[in-house]
Order: sequence, then C-alpha cells, then structure tokens
Amino acid sequence: MSDMMNVSSNPHIRSKVTTDKIMLCVVLALLPAAGFGVWNFGLYALWQILLTIAACVLAEAIYDLLMKKKMTVTDFSAVVTGLLLALNMPPAAPLWVGPLGGVFAIIIVKMLFGGLGQNFMNPALAARCFLVISFPAIMTNFDCDAYSGATPLASLKAGEVVNVFNMVIGRTSGTIGETSMIAIVAGACFLIMLGIIDLKIPASYIITFILFYGFFGGYGFDPYRLSAQLAGGGLMLGAFFMATDYVTRPVTKKGQIVFGIILGLLTGIFRVFGASAEGVSYSIIIGNMLTPLITKYTAPKAFGEGGERI
Amino acid sequence: MAKHTFTGGIHPYDGKDLSKDKPIMDIYPGDELVFPLSQHIGAPATAIVAKGDEVLRGQRIAEAAGFVSAHVYSSVSGTVTAIEPRRVVTGDMVMSIVVKNDGQYREVEYDVYDEIDVDNLTKEDIIKRIQDAGIVGMGGAGFPTHVKLSPKEPDKIDYIIANCAECEPYLTSDYRRMIEQPEMLIEGLKCVLRLFDNAKGILAVEDNKPDCIERLKALTKDESRILVKALKTKYPQGSERQLIFATTKRAINSRMLPADAGCVVNNVDTLCAIYNAVWNGKPLMERIVTVTGDAIANPQNYRVFTGMNYRDLIDAAGGFKVEPGKVISGGPMMGFALFDLDVPTTKTASALLALTTDEASRYEPTACINCGMCLEVCPGRVMPKVLAEAADHGDLERFEKMGGMECCECGCCSYICPAKRHLTQSIKSARKIVLANRKKAGK
Repeated sequence: MSDMMNVSSNPHIRSKVTTDKIMLCVVLALLPAAGFGVWNFGLYALWQILLTIAACVLAEAIYDLLMKKKMTVTDFSAVVTGLLLALNMPPAAPLWVGPLGGVFAIIIVKMLFGGLGQNFMNPALAARCFLVISFPAIMTNFDCDAYSGATPLASLKAGEVVNVFNMVIGRTSGTIGETSMIAIVAGACFLIMLGIIDLKIPASYIITFILFYGFFGGYGFDPYRLSAQLAGGGLMLGAFFMATDYVTRPVTKKGQIVFGIILGLLTGIFRVFGASAEGVSYSIIIGNMLTPLITKYTAPKAFGEGGERI
Repeated sequence: MAKHTFTGGIHPYDGKDLSKDKPIMDIYPGDELVFPLSQHIGAPATAIVAKGDEVLRGQRIAEAAGFVSAHVYSSVSGTVTAIEPRRVVTGDMVMSIVVKNDGQYREVEYDVYDEIDVDNLTKEDIIKRIQDAGIVGMGGAGFPTHVKLSPKEPDKIDYIIANCAECEPYLTSDYRRMIEQPEMLIEGLKCVLRLFDNAKGILAVEDNKPDCIERLKALTKDESRILVKALKTKYPQGSERQLIFATTKRAINSRMLPADAGCVVNNVDTLCAIYNAVWNGKPLMERIVTVTGDAIANPQNYRVFTGMNYRDLIDAAGGFKVEPGKVISGGPMMGFALFDLDVPTTKTASALLALTTDEASRYEPTACINCGMCLEVCPGRVMPKVLAEAADHGDLERFEKMGGMECCECGCCSYICPAKRHLTQSIKSARKIVLANRKKAGK
C-alpha cells in the first residue's frame, strides 16, 4: 500500500498555468507584429525571423547537450528571444546577422549566467546592442525593397515632415516588427487579457515619456509630434514586450512603476538630447541593470506590518 | 457594498459539488480506536487509564498536562489494550491510548443543563465546562479553546468571529453543519458571547454558500449581538489573520494574537462542540468529516467518532473507485499527505481526500522566471520567491529579514507558480528551523 502513495508537503494541487504556456502566449501575441512586418517588408523578413529563431533554439539545445544539462528548449523562451530579436532587425540585413545575434543572446547573455530566469539583461535587446556596436553599418541601414531613406523618427529629427497615419498603421521603414503600433498593441491586449502582462510598466513608461517630451522636447504637447514619437521607433514594442520581460523587470508592483518612469525618462533624454533618434533599447537595458536595486528598495510590507492594504 | 475580503489569494477548483448535498451520516467505528495524547497545540495530555482498564464512551482517558493542553475522551466503551506510540496523520509516532471497542457504546452520565441552569452559569463556569470537554480549535490548528477564551483583558474583545468561510477546496463539513444544525452553531456562539460583555458575534460565511447566509440571517434577525457577514469566495479567506482583516479591517502580524486586535476566532465545529459542552456536558469525542475526492466511490459527510481509523472511513464511502494518486487528511491546500491509511481521526481532522492524480508530483519544478505571481497571491504580502530562495540557500538571516515568519503556509504560492516550484515547502522548512532555533536560544 505505502509504495503506491505519494507523500509531499502541502499544497497538493497546482494551477494549470506553466512557464511554457506563458512563453507560447507571448509568441502568439508577437505574431501580429511579425506578420505585419513580413507583409510590409516582404518574404525576406520571414527568412530572417525563422533563421534567428532557429539559431536561438539550436544554440540553447547544443549548450544543454554539451554542458550535460536538462534540455530546456521546450519552454519556448528561446523562441521568444529569437522572435523579439528578429523583430528588432533591419529588414534588409544579411541573413547571418540575426542568427549571430541569436547565438550571442542565448549563449552569452542567457546560458552563461545560468539560463532562464538568471539573465540580468533582456537577451534579445542585449544582442541587438551587440549587433549595433559590432555592425553599425548593417544595423542602421533601413533601406530595403519597400522603402528607402531614413526611418520616420530620423526624418522627424532632421526636420522633415512625416505621415503619422502611416506610422500608426506601420506602413513605414524601421525594424521588422516595430513599425505597426496597431499590430503591437493588439498583441499586447491579448497578453493583458490573459493576465500575463499588466499595464503598470507600459503605462508608466509611455506616460512619463509623453510628459518628458512635452516639457523638454521643444514643441510642447503638439499632437502631431507626440503621436509620431509614440508610433515611431521601438517604443511600443519595447514598452509592451521588452520592458515587461519577467526576468529583467522588478518583481514588485511599486518597483514596476518606478522602472517604467525610469525608462520613460531615459528614452526621453536619448531622443531629445541624444544624437540618434532612437533610444528604447538602451533605456531598457540600463533599466534592467537597475532592476535588482529597484526591487530591493520597493520590497512590499508584510500583512500586519502595514502591507495589508494596497 | 464592497465584499469583505483581503488582498491576494487564489481561486482553485473547489470540488465541493462532490459532497455538498450529502447529509451528515452517522458511522460506527471498527474494533480498534486510537486516541493520540497530543491532538492539540501545547503539552501532550497524560494518560489516566492503564492497559486492561474498562472505559465508557465519554470517559476521560487522558488529563491535560497544564493550562495549554486538553483532555482526551474515549468515544467508545471497551477495554484499553495498549498505551504505545502510534502513527498519526503527520507521519509522526505519537503516544496513544488504544481502546478495543466492545460495540455497546455504554456512556457515562452527562451533566445536562436546562435553560435556567445555563442562564445561571458564571463566566468561569462556562470556561470550565469548555475546558473539561477537551475542546480545541477544530479547524486544523488544534489550539485549546479555553486558552483562547481566556485573554488577559476580556473587556477589550470586540468581536467573536465564527469562521464559517470553509475556503479549503472539497471540504463541506462546515457547510453541512450550517445547513443541518445552524441553531447549534448560533447557540455555541452565544455561549462564547456570554464571556465577553463588549463583544459582537460575527458569522463570517463565504458567498459561495448563499443558502447558509440566508438561513443564518433569518435565524439571527432578533439577535442584537450577532451579525452575518458575507465574504468574497477566495482561498484562504478562512485563514485567521485574513478573516479578521476581512471582517473588521484590523490587521495582526505573526507576533500578535487575535486578542490583540480585539478578536476571538472559532470555527463552526468548535462552536458546535462548545454548545454540546455547555448545554449537554458532553466532551469532544465526535466531529464532522468530509470523505471526498475523485477517487472515492461515494463522497460523503460523516459524523465520526474520534479515534476511528481512516481506512474504515474510506470503506464506508464505498472505497476507492480508482487507484488514488494521493490521499490527504484535510483539504488539498493545507492538508497532510498520508502514506499509511491506518491512522486515527483526531479532533482536528476535517476531511479525508483521495485524488486520482497527484498534481504536486506531476510537474517537475523548473527555473523561476520572476513572473511575480507568488507575490500577487500571497495573503501574507511577502515575497515567496525571495523567501524560498533564501530558504534553499540556508540563509536564515535573510529569510527572517524578508518577513519569512509572516508566512501562514497557506500554499497559494506553490499553487500558482508557473514553474511549479515547491515554494511553500521551502519556506515551511525554513520556518521550522527558525522556530526550533528560537526555542533553543530561549532555553
């Protein structure tokens, strides 16, 4: 009798939510943005996406094999990293650049620090920054079959006129997945409805950025410029999909709002005072590095110690 | 009006439909009954019978050893066959009195009171009758009730809360009591209210039991000192600290007692036992036990003689219809997993649950992804992932600093964790070590 009975500490039931289901939902939520990117830039973008994902998954599988670790690719987190990185690639980059970044993201940023949950930076963003520094010409060249010339934000910075309507829909140049505000927000709504992400980080990030840009951007709260700033660059993709990355954002509620505010300020500073028109990637990476500190100082109070009401 | 509740908590599958419409059935024990001397928090009782002694049903067989302790009574008539260590639900071996049931259920004379007698009882008399009956908190903790009812300043008690939440999934014993014998519960509460002149009674019921709420409201509409409060249905609404907060908005931490917030909390079965003790002079020797789960042929609520074997309960409920993956004494969130069915029911055994799949062992724990769901659901408002990490690293200093002792071991964090990490288990172990160290340092 006794050998058939399982004995363990309480509780004896578990919810149905698992890590791989969460990761799969994130992949699904990114599909509108990815699909739009392929439609906007052509089939070459699809090849970039597929090869980058494949490189990430293979890198993790090979690492696990070589290090004799438990196979972890089934948790879909490598797919999320690969997809996010691909969405951050210029549409016409050579096909080896994305996969190279993927290998860097998985091996250097994630696995060497202990694998899923242990990386201190968002792997996809760290890899993008690695690529921008290593191959600046490739990574800042947004010319492709569909579009030529600068991204809308760069044009705006140079004093040219941009079409905000096209920017919101996504019919502009930019990285594969960042152009369509509508597709990104649709995917984010799916995650918010499932409770996988919430609005604390995206809202505090975007609101802080709007306020900063309004006060220091030099154009006040001009709706045309503000909507161009919000729709352009990686702000939406960053705010909803990369700043909300579980591993590298503060785990406390208060900390998440502080984190969002810091990202908003940094992005504002980079875009208004910086040389480049962009700045989301670096803002999030710097924010990631502040995460342990933010978490430490925003630890909640226990029930009965003042933390029972929130 | 906003529902009475607390922050955090979870909504697991409640499984109550299996047994909620099954009326309480009487069940008679088998040949051998086992009465552990420690069925409560505090010093184990001292046996006052010897091997070979004849005992009657309702006879005291073990005497409380000190104030924080409780008497133990035999629930059957028969012969004491042994006083020896026996296995109990927690897996420990506990010194127990073993009684061979003669099947005749000859009872002692009880000191039954009528209305006038009860009205004439002093506060001390009431507490004495409760203490004499060996009553302990029957919700699971097993704290001696007479101790709970003797706070330093009884005048400062504002609320007597009847814990009718029954937030544990699958459990329906309190529900059946409230449906079948609500008068007994209310009379029990009134006995306790007699002890505290400035207190109001609150019957706190989760709103998944609207029939109980309605019935209790109807029965107490003329009672100026008793309120019925509907609580939001959420686990662990019936956890003492969360219940006090939900009903009174007062919060206590782990170093405080409910009395520090002017509250005394008693569960449904305990209040019924108090009624029985005060009015009928009957000691605590039976309780309601829900036998349920998807592996049980006929889920049922039983009136069980304490000391009865768990295996007899399962047999009475038609046995297992499929091989169970896990058998639990208590609810699925805080109950004890059994590795042996030959253990006795005690004063604190609220349920016997047999599940076909053991979800705890079905999933392999994976890496923490820092999702923060454990923080979200933690009713103690601490950071389970941080505590479990500190516990796993043996860093007890950090564990205490991060509020590890504020954990009530409710299990919400382990339940919700998408990486299926055994957070509660790690935290529980560390808490045990900290408590043991404190005890050692105190001596």
